[in-house]
Amino acid sequence: MPIRVLVAKPGLDGHDRGAKVVAKALRDAGMEVIYTGLRQTPGQIVEAAIQEDVDIIGLSCLSGAHMALFPRVLELLRERGAGDVLVTGGGIIPLEDVPKLKKAGIAEVFGPGTTSDEIVAFIRKNVKQRT
Amino acid sequence: MGLAEKVATGDRRAAARLISMIEDGDESVRTELADLHCRGGRAHIVGVTGSPGAGKSTLIHKLALEWRRRGRTVGIIAVDPSSPFTGGALLGDRIRMQELSTDRGVFIRSMSSRGNPGGVAKATADAVRVLDALGMDKVIVETVGAGQSEVAVMDVVHTVLVVVVPGLGDDIQAIKAGILEIGDLFVINKADRDGVEAAQRELEMMLELSSEKGPWTPPIVKTVARTGDGIPELVGKIDEHWEMIRREGLLEESERQRCRREVLELLKHKAVLSLLSEYGPDEFDALIHDVARRKLHPHDAVERIMGDKKRKN
Ligand SMILES: Nc1nc2c(ncn2[C@@H]2O[C@H](COP(=O)(O)OP(=O)(O)OP(=O)(O)O)[C@@H](O)[C@H]2O)c(=O)[nH]1
Ligand SMILES: [Mg+2]
Repeated sequence: MPIRVLVAKPGLDGHDRGAKVVAKALRDAGMEVIYTGLRQTPGQIVEAAIQEDVDIIGLSCLSGAHMALFPRVLELLRERGAGDVLVTGGGIIPLEDVPKLKKAGIAEVFGPGTTSDEIVAFIRKNVKQRT
Repeated sequence: MGLAEKVATGDRRAAARLISMIEDGDESVRTELADLHCRGGRAHIVGVTGSPGAGKSTLIHKLALEWRRRGRTVGIIAVDPSSPFTGGALLGDRIRMQELSTDRGVFIRSMSSRGNPGGVAKATADAVRVLDALGMDKVIVETVGAGQSEVAVMDVVHTVLVVVVPGLGDDIQAIKAGILEIGDLFVINKADRDGVEAAQRELEMMLELSSEKGPWTPPIVKTVARTGDGIPELVGKIDEHWEMIRREGLLEESERQRCRREVLELLKHKAVLSLLSEYGPDEFDALIHDVARRKLHPHDAVERIMGDKKRKN
């Protein structure tokens, strides 16, 4: 069964070129990618993830608000009983924030140099095959 | 508690999970689906079809907002084609529906056709059952009106909206192929553009030619989905169609037709599987090979498969 991924852009920045490139690469790797558009609140992202029953959420944030937004998504997922959904981060994330985000439960942080192949490989390796 | 029961209590995660299992063709949910079918049938199912970019998702967003304002709950199933090469899909209809995403009276699900036209109609019919059981008053199904699979998806709904846009003569021409006949309502969206009157005249003419006089004459409604112009009128017409179906005693007939199609589709699917089940892939390939080498007509290959099956029984 295809892996289902939600690609979401929390926060107020208005650029989704990068997120779209990743979304297309994941599609080309055979995944079903739900793209929700710009300026999503953590609440909207989590509700969409639940309705779409995704295996993983890829968050992308360029505005610098990732330290507030990413952990909030995790918190809401747990509140809704969906703590098993994998969450990754990308965008412009200073290196010193990476360990903190991982400690909060973000599965992986993809820096600006990450290739699509690396992201695909990470997802394939870490998403549990459904039974 | 089973998933079906959980769905009936309003458990949205359970609904989402059940739809995934339907999409995966998981046989273990058969009893759950039977349960939903036998208890269900409340929802009004509305199909929205039209060419790519006609504004279907934007329109559905506005329809849902209007129905919410009128106290109705709304389920949405947006079907998009998958890539024939990788099986992957980019499902972007939610982009147009952001305002609805945290409303608990709304449930939106994106589905990919997974390269199988018959399969997606089957999965859509069952996904509709889930949203019906979840208590959605209206269930809207979006598909691109391009081919056979889309027409098949529209078979599962009560009311079909065909969305066209002005300006492109060929757009109206394009709907001739099979979609004109299934439309219960026609929407000229993007009515803020030039050519609305021409589009209306052309549609009227085509409808005139094709219409059988029944209790319902398909209306043409002009909308600007982006701003919401024409939406209350459209909602009124859609609800009118639903009322007409029930008032005229057509609901039972409509249900029977929908069910007949669904049973026939399932039967075709299962019959093929069952016929082929005793045929190993090698045997089947050998037969195809003979057809390809012009030793056998396809008819005779089929007869051979069916004959072998009978002998074994
Ligand atoms: N001018 C104008 N543009 C509109 C209107 N309705 C939708 N659009 C625009 O048309 C584009 C496509 O809209 P969608 O709602 O995504 O169309 P769709 O039919 O769902 O597209 P697919 O699902 O890709 O087939 C978007 O840029 C919309 O903003 C309208 O009434 N007028
Ligand atoms: Mg759409």
